[in-house]
Amino acid sequence: MSDPRRFIPVPTPETAHFWEGARQGELRLQRCDACGEAYFPPRPFCPDCGSREVRVERASGRARLYSYVINHLPASGFEAPYAIAVVELEEGPRMMSNILDCPQTPEALVLDMPLQVTFERLSDEISLPQFRPAAGDAA
Amino acid sequence: MTPNSVAIVGAAETTELGRIPHLSQIALHADAGLNALADAGLTIRDVDGIATAGHNAVEVAHYLGVAPSWVDGTSVGGCSFMVHVRHAVAALEAGLCRTVLITHGESGRSKLGRYGPSIAPALFDQQFEQPYGVTAPPNRFTLPVLRKMKDDGLTEEQLAMVAVVQREWAAFHPRASFRDPITVEDVLTSRMIAWPFRLLMCCLVTDGGGALVLTTAERAKDFPTRPVYVRGVGEGAETPVVSQMKDFGSSAAFRTSGRLAFESAGIAHSDVDHLMIYDAFAHLPVYGLEDLGFVGRGEGGAFIAEGHTRPGGSLPLNTNGGGLSYMHSGMYGMYALQEGVRQMRGTSPAQVAGARISLVHGVGGMFAASGTVVLTNEA
Repeated sequence: MSDPRRFIPVPTPETAHFWEGARQGELRLQRCDACGEAYFPPRPFCPDCGSREVRVERASGRARLYSYVINHLPASGFEAPYAIAVVELEEGPRMMSNILDCPQTPEALVLDMPLQVTFERLSDEISLPQFRPAAGDAA
Repeated sequence: MTPNSVAIVGAAETTELGRIPHLSQIALHADAGLNALADAGLTIRDVDGIATAGHNAVEVAHYLGVAPSWVDGTSVGGCSFMVHVRHAVAALEAGLCRTVLITHGESGRSKLGRYGPSIAPALFDQQFEQPYGVTAPPNRFTLPVLRKMKDDGLTEEQLAMVAVVQREWAAFHPRASFRDPITVEDVLTSRMIAWPFRLLMCCLVTDGGGALVLTTAERAKDFPTRPVYVRGVGEGAETPVVSQMKDFGSSAAFRTSGRLAFESAGIAHSDVDHLMIYDAFAHLPVYGLEDLGFVGRGEGGAFIAEGHTRPGGSLPLNTNGGGLSYMHSGMYGMYALQEGVRQMRGTSPAQVAGARISLVHGVGGMFAASGTVVLTNEA
């Protein structure tokens, strides 16, 4: 449940669809109808070609571990050491994540390991997309 | 720009560096600014252009008693001062002003009179990174490095060597914060900050400032110091959120800024006698060497580890000891410029004999922005 020490993002009109999706357990990306690129973070136009003809789509939730650090500095609402990672989604875009349900060690956190999205509830409105080792690959 | 159209005629750091608990941030700007003007034999009455970052430019001008007719408050992180030099060259060439003062002051350690942290959870960057426990540059700026280690072969030992070599340079400087030699083992056994980064791979946190006085080259010969000409300039920007950096092994902002600097200066890499690359963390000189084109992709770590950038090496790099050993107030770019100017004047405690061209390269934010300045002592 919600931890008052955690940083809770506040959606803007342009990002509301993303956070509403996360609240419903759905990872949402946007895709450009003009050039076909999928992109993140959300905005009402394509950052690759500038077109406003874009739509929201559900991502597969599959990703790979792209890079990370294991943070040892104190952080509100986190117990150090913990990994701060960037994951690359199957659709192409990358996003920041923690890696849940996995030892926070270099041995367990292997670059390019397959990951699956999960959602961490921070408040009634905000669930944070997070990633954990894909089923069958759990440490 | 026209190469060498503008010269740096005044340059100075704050009277003290390190821990300065008796001066607030605005007073550090003023101390550095007054020192640089005295170096040029000028007073505040001679200044008609002001540029600064990290502090409101109008406040700096007013505090100094300057009523400028040209102001540049470009604030894109610690490379802002390199960018100010570029903008000042354009303004001086266009005749928008005659004498530009660029100031930096930062109470990074004592935290006196500085702006507070900006908590704004609806901002673009804070929505998509802050919730994941990123708290500070050591656990954010370092995020791309593991990818580069896997893809480009960069090693922990090579990162450690960056700190070791820079400490060798710092030993020459009486004003450097840390001057005692260190070994790779010292670095690799220092306190873990954000794996794979340990304490000695991370910059200092200190108080200080610096300032530069720029004017047109035709006026430059009238000043008491040896003119240092601006031969080339570049700037670039990529993303405010490191997770969205396109290539984790190479900075687009570095590549753009570096290319523009070389092109405008009309020089080749072999012309560079002295190099400064902003090093908030040990990986930055590696990215800088590669993205500026001094070495190929994946060769930066080995180049440093083999000793090419150490005292006596073929490409002296970060000869003040850098942000890892000299000082780092938060926006370090000004100190890299100061060492570039000292080298071109022939006054650095770690002087590179006969150096004629110095390239000073800065980073802003976490690979967010970049600025590059090519200096020369030959008109």
